[in-house]
Parts: sequence; structure tokens; C-alpha cells
Amino acid sequence: MELDPVLLSRIQFAFVVSFHAIFPVFTIGLAAFIAYLEALLYRTRNPVYEELARFWTKVFAVVFGMGVVSGIVMAFQFGTNWSAFSYASANFLGPVLSYEVVTAFFLEAVFLGVLLFGRNKVPPGTHLFAACMVAVGTFISSFWILSANSWMQTPAGVELQDGIFQMTSWGEAIFNPSFGLRFLHFALAAFLTAGFVVLGISAWYLRKGKATTSSRKALSMTVVLMAVLAPTQLVVGDLHGLDTFEHQPEKVAAMEGIWETQEGAPLLLFAIPSQRGERNYLEIGIPKGASLILTHELDGEVPGLKEWAPEDRPHVPTVFWSFRIMVGLGLLMIIAALAGLVQLLRGKLYDSPRLLKLYTWMIPAPFVAVLAGWFVTEVGRQPWLVHGIMRVEEGITPSLTGGMALFTLIGFVLVYAVVFLAGVYYLSRVMKSGPESFTRESEESGVAKRPLSTVDTSFEDQPWDLPGKR
Amino acid sequence: MELIDLTMIWILILGFGVLMYVLMDGFDLGVGILFPFAPSDRARDDMMNSVAPVWDGNETWLLLGGAGLLAAFPLVYTVFLPALYIGVFLLLAGLIFRGIAFEFRFKANRSRYLWDHSFNIGSTVAAFAQGAVVGAYIQGFETEGFQYVGGPFDWLTPFTIMTGLGVVTGYALLGATWTILKTEGETQAWAWRITPWLLAGMLAFFVVVSVWTPLANERVFNRWFDNAHILWIFPLATLLVCWWLYSAIRRRLEGTPFVATMTLFVLFYIGLLISMWPYAVPPEHTFWDAASDPGSQLFLLLGFLFVIPFVLGYTAWTYWIFRGKVSSDAGYH
Ligand code: HDD
Ligand code: HEM
Ligand code: HEM
Repeated sequence: MELDPVLLSRIQFAFVVSFHAIFPVFTIGLAAFIAYLEALLYRTRNPVYEELARFWTKVFAVVFGMGVVSGIVMAFQFGTNWSAFSYASANFLGPVLSYEVVTAFFLEAVFLGVLLFGRNKVPPGTHLFAACMVAVGTFISSFWILSANSWMQTPAGVELQDGIFQMTSWGEAIFNPSFGLRFLHFALAAFLTAGFVVLGISAWYLRKGKATTSSRKALSMTVVLMAVLAPTQLVVGDLHGLDTFEHQPEKVAAMEGIWETQEGAPLLLFAIPSQRGERNYLEIGIPKGASLILTHELDGEVPGLKEWAPEDRPHVPTVFWSFRIMVGLGLLMIIAALAGLVQLLRGKLYDSPRLLKLYTWMIPAPFVAVLAGWFVTEVGRQPWLVHGIMRVEEGITPSLTGGMALFTLIGFVLVYAVVFLAGVYYLSRVMKSGPESFTRESEESGVAKRPLSTVDTSFEDQPWDLPGKR
Repeated sequence: MELIDLTMIWILILGFGVLMYVLMDGFDLGVGILFPFAPSDRARDDMMNSVAPVWDGNETWLLLGGAGLLAAFPLVYTVFLPALYIGVFLLLAGLIFRGIAFEFRFKANRSRYLWDHSFNIGSTVAAFAQGAVVGAYIQGFETEGFQYVGGPFDWLTPFTIMTGLGVVTGYALLGATWTILKTEGETQAWAWRITPWLLAGMLAFFVVVSVWTPLANERVFNRWFDNAHILWIFPLATLLVCWWLYSAIRRRLEGTPFVATMTLFVLFYIGLLISMWPYAVPPEHTFWDAASDPGSQLFLLLGFLFVIPFVLGYTAWTYWIFRGKVSSDAGYH
């Protein structure tokens, strides 16, 4: 079998960026949560907030570290596998991606140290300020990266001259048509991710009878927030979809699984789309639903995939199912959050064992939803690298062979497996030791000032804290 | 012609960035390279403690350089990375493994030896890959238009293996002199012992590479033998600095060897630039061919001018906080 460098590079890019993306999407939301806790602490001086802020800052440190390690690989992926694309788009993507890195550094250099190690060394106001700057900084980072990505979806502000994108307007390129809603939708996704992790962990502590006071506080705070944000995400997601319908109708046709252009297109709940057969099997749908959502008319016309030549269509099953997974999890989040709100108002949130259990089980949900969303976006953009202008095959590194791409793909999978297992294993130990174990004293003994070193948990069980010996 | 040559400014900025990277990450990679040869576990603790607070700040310069290259000299970015495809992967994998070794070694007990290997192998592979990059740069790249068209292993030739090993030895020397500066007792005594050998090793590589380069590369030959005899100051200065380093070791001066080794690296670096100037992607493309649009260069310049002072300040501050000897009992938790 001939190894296809384009296919392998796509798989490799998808793998490394998916791996990278799960960390920032969590840290962005968590940074905002920590800043909020710090603000509450500053105003009320309530030690519960300090316990929570301390604990979640530890978690933040570990996850941030993993985000940085995997981000470094990303910075080189563009050049190694997509050099033709990098060269053509360097005038725009170069500065924009650099600004991402530069922002992240600036943050790390100035404020991260103060947030992680300064609690007992700087005045509370300064510490709060550092927490806010870290939160703002992570958003600026994602601002740049989402601008770059949105530009690939809806290019603007550039002109192709001799195979190179020359800038015509920085403003139009950075704030390209799909950027605004994508940024909003992504920001909400980041909040939902951090929120549901906090919910899940706090619910777990409550069920175990650990750190009861602070876990109750965290639970009630986040339930209210999630009950607001989860439905908002549905609205924003819908707007985002309408926006895509305008700019990338073939992506929407794939999301909805619509092959024939039709008036009154159904909203499919289930189907098995076949790329080759150009049709769906086992369709179950709501009549006229898709037309209603997309055109706001029962008999509105929705263009079908057959409007595009077969080689210009994205891979329909992937897009179709990723979309359903994301939306399904979004609906689940709405239900879970509203149920929590109801229980909170009835004063029964802390003794609803089944709901608490559900929250713990839902910890992976936002991560899966985020990746599914990105798969919709990115697979739906195919076969274009820059929508309507540059195809994926044109962006590949000309000298790349299938063998080289396969070698590094396997390499990255192995390297990341080690990083991920070590990180998750370690994080689970931090979680198990719980908020109460991080006190002022344990913090003061740390000397070095880097992310993971704020966390004093041991990597393995010490002989003296093996179960039973305690 | 514009009033200010932005490309020249970017050459200076990135040139400075790369030099900072080599000097700073050089010694902490060197510590990793020497790791298995240390006399005891205690010495290993000391060595790791001496670089733990600063190593990730040191790697900052690599990323700043990588990101700046795509924005300011896209051609360099899009030829070097594909040409060194496998090498870049090894470099990244090496840096990742040693990075997580820092994080986990001090928290591990039974699995500690695994993190020790990870630190050592990661550092050595990363250093070798960097040396091979230098060798590949001297060798030049097969391009067509603005794309690399050579094979996957063009970067791995006897010459680049030579430069790779040279850089490994050089970094080990940086690491050894850093260890002299930062440790005491048994660890320091060991570092005193190995430094002269490493110096001799590096000098040998220097001589071989210096003779080989002009012979293998006509342009470099002409640069050194046709005109500008003033250039010969550099090899001369190199020998003088080697002597300075050697006598500092004999007199057991603690700080001087490290400074002298860094001076050696600066001299090598300038010598390399003189040999290659003005080619960014030899043998055809100069820095000016490789440059991106002035608008893009200017746009990012604003950000860099804002951030670099902070990075420098932060770096200086970290080194200041962690000045002095590492003591064996103050563990890096
Ligand atoms: C917690 C995560 C999360 C949740 C609950 C949802 N989404 Fe989402 N969605 C994302 C996280 C996400 C994302 C990962 O952030 C994406 C990928 C790129 C982007 O802009 O956002 C995304 C992309 C994305 C797209 C692709 C548009 C494009 O890029 O062309 C659409 C149409 C929607 N979403 C719509 C929805 C709807 C109708 C939801 C109903 C609840 C929904 N999303 C919930
Ligand atoms: C956050 C999470 C992201 C995920 C999970 C993700 C996922 C993917 C996937 C699945 C593909 C392969 C699509 C296919 O080949 O069918 C892909 C390709 C790609 N993505 Fe993303 N993506 C993310 C964000 C980004 C961002 C922010 C950028 C740009 C700055 C980006 C740029 C690219 C590029 C250049 C490719 C390769 C070319 C291509 O296949 O079109 N991605 N990504
Ligand atoms: C949805 C997609 C992405 C988001 C939201 C995102 C956001 C972030 C954030 C917030 C950080 C700081 C570390 C952290 O919080 O974990 C980070 C690190 C980094 N990201 Fe991404 N990123 C994305 C995709 C990418 C892509 C496609 C690239 C490659 C071009 C990239 C390159 C980097 C680099 C180089 C770092 C390390 C910077 C450092 O050392 O601090 N990221 N990213």
C-alpha cells in the first residue's frame, strides 16, 4: 500500500492539535474561575474561597504545563508538514501565531509566577491583579489562535499574488467574518469545560465527605453559572451555525446530512450517511426541521451536498456524527445544570446522590464536546485548507514522504502517551489529596517557581501513606 | 529603499534570540548530557537543582525564535523544518522528555531512575539535533523556487554528525563549567576533573570542523582565504580564550571557566555568521530573499519590542533569585 503523506499529515495534525487543545480549553475557563474566586476572597476574606483558590490553582499549574509542552510541538507542525501552506500564508499567519506565543510568554514571564507562588509574598490586591491578568492573557492567546483558524474558514483581507497571500487589510483579516461568533462560542465552551470539571470534582468530594464546606460552595456557585451558560451556548451555537450556513453551506449540508437540495428539509436525529452511495440509511428525522432552523421558514430551501462535485465535499459521516455528539452533550449539559439549579432552589442540591453522581460521570463530557465541535469545523472545511482558495494537497510539504510522516506520527503518539499518562496520573493524585491538603505551610516550603513545582503531591505512594498505614 | 531596513532589525533580533538560546539552554542541556557520569545520586540532585529554576525560561528563546522565524523569515522556516524533518522530531521529543523529567523526578521515588534516563537521553538527543541543524545550514539545502526538494536524510551526513557531536561536547563543557560555578564538594571536584578533557574534546572538534568547512564549501573557502585577513582574529581569539579557560581551571577560579566557555560559543557563533553571510538558506537565498512582507515584519516587531524587555527582565530576576551555590539538602520540591 502506498503511504499518502497528505492523509498521514492530516491525521498527525488532527492528533497533535486535539491533544493540545484539551488543555487550553480547560485552563482558559479555569483561569477565569480562579480570578473570580480571588475577587470573592479579596472582598469577603472568607477562608473557604482561599481553600478553593489554592486548590484549583494547583490543578491549573499542572494542566497549564501540559498545554505549554504540547503547544511547543504545534509551533513546528506548521512548518514540518505544511510548509507550502506556511510559506504562502506567512504574511498573515506568521505574526498572528507569533502573537499567540508572545502573549503566552508575556503572561508566564510576568503574572503566572505571582499567581502560583506569590500568595504569601505579595499583597492580596497584587495577587488578585495577577490572577485577573492570567485569565485575560489566556483569552488573548485564544483570540489570536481562533483568528488564525477562522481566517482559514472564511479568508478575508488578503490577496493571492504569485501563490502568496499578501495583506490588503489587517483589520479584515483578523476580524474575518466567522471570527466573532467562533470566539464567543469557544469562550463559552471554555467556561463550560472548567465549570463541569469543577462540578464533577466537587460532587465527588461531597459524596466522599471530603472538604465538605468548600465543595458545597463550589457546587452552588458553578451550578448557577452553568444553568445560565449552557442554554446560552445553545443560542450562540445556533447563531454560529447560521453564520456557517452563509459562508460554508457545504459544511452545513454535511452537518445535517442533506444530499438533495430541497425545500422543507428534515432535521435528522439519526442516519447513517454513505459518502459513496450519496445517500443516508436508516433516517429518523423531524420533518421540515432543518429548513426551519436554517432559514426560519418551514419550506425554506436548503442546498444539498450534490450541489458540489464529489471531490469538493467534506467527509459527511464524520461531520454528521461529530455534530450530533456535540449538540447531544450540549443538551445533556443544559438538563444537568437546570436540574441542579432546581435542586439548589429547593435546598436539596447537596443530598441528591444521583445528580452528584451524574456530575462526576460528566467530567469528560465537555472535552468530548469540544473535540467533536472542532471536528465539525475542521473536517467540514475539507477539502479546502483555506476555504475556497487553497486545497489541502497544495499546502503539503513537497519533500514529505509517506514514510517520514508515518514515522513522526507514531513518534508523537508514543511521546504524548507518556506525557498524558504521567500527567493524568499525577493530576488524579492531586485530586485525591483534595483541597484540604494544600495549606499555607505546604506552600511556603516550595522554593522553585515553576508550574508543577507548586504542587507538592508525590508522584507515587510514599511508604508512609499507603492505604491502611495512615 | 525604506528609511529603516526592517529585515536587518529582524536579523539582529533573531540572531540575538538564537545566541541567547544557545548560551542558556546550552548549559542546562549540558548538565543533562553529563548526568549519567556524575559520581553519585547526591551529585545528580545537585546538578538538577542547579538548573531546575531556570531551564524553562531558557527554552523560551527557542520558541520566540521559532515563532519569529515564521513571521519574519518564512523561507527559513519552510525550508529548514521540512529539510530537518526527522531531526526536528527528535529535537522536540528530546525536549519534551527532559521537560517532564524535571517535573516528575523529584516527586518520584521508585521510578526515579526512569526519569534520570529520560533527562539524559532527551538532553543528548536535543543537543545532537541542534548541532546537526548547524551542520545542515553550512551544507546548504536543495531548493526549487522556494521549496525544499531534497531527501529526508540530507541533513544526516558525516559532516553533520561531526557538528552534532561537536555541539554535544560543547554543551557538555558549558554544563561542566556551570556545575563548577553552582556546586561544592564532591560534585564540584568531579566537574573540575572532567572540564579539561571536555575542553580538549571540543577543541578537537573545532579544529576538524574549521578545516572541513572551507574545504567542503567553496564560498566559505573564498570568504576566509581571498579577502579580509582581519577575519583571522577570530580563530586566534578562540585559541586565546581556550588558554584563558585552561589556566582558570588550573588556578581553580570558580566563575571564570563558565564565562570563558560562553565567550567561546559567542566566537563560534560570530565565525559561523561571517562564513555564511548573507545567506539565510544557502546556497541561493539571502536573508532578504527569505524575508516576509515589511508590513508583517513591522506588525510583529511592535509586539516583540514590547515583550523582549520583560523576558530579559524576568530572566535576569530569576538568575538573581537563584544565585549562589545549590545546597544538597534544599530539595527542589
Ligand atoms: C462545551 C463545548 C460545546 C458545546 C456544549 C457546544 N459546542 Fe458547538 N463547538 C464547540 C464547543 C461546544 C467548539 C469546540 O468550541 C467549536 C469548534 C470550533 C468552534 O468555533 O467552536 C464548536 C463548533 C460548532 C459549530 C461549527 C461551526 C463552524 O465552525 O463552522 C456549530 C454549528 C456549533 N458548534 C453549534 C453548536 C450547537 C447548536 C450547540 C448546542 C448545544 C453546541 N454547538 C454546543
Ligand atoms: C482546538 C482544537 C482543534 C482540533 C480538535 C482540530 C482538529 C483538526 C482535525 C480533525 C483536522 C483534520 C481534518 C481532516 O483532515 O479531515 C485538522 C486539520 C487542521 N487544522 Fe485543526 N483543529 C483544531 C484547531 C485548529 C486551529 C486553532 C488551527 C489554526 C491555527 C488549526 C489548523 C489546522 C490545519 C492547518 C489543519 C491541517 C490541514 C487540513 O487538514 O485542513 N486547527 N484539525
Ligand atoms: C483551539 C485551539 C487553541 C487554543 C485555544 C490555544 C490556546 C493556548 C493557550 C491558552 C496556551 C497557553 C498554555 C495553556 O493555557 O495551556 C497555549 C500554548 C501554546 N499554543 Fe496553543 N492554542 C490552540 C491551538 C494552537 C495551535 C494550532 C498552535 C500552533 C500553531 C498553538 C501553539 C501554541 C504554543 C507554541 C504554545 C506554548 C506557548 C508557551 O510556551 O507558553 N496552539 N495555547
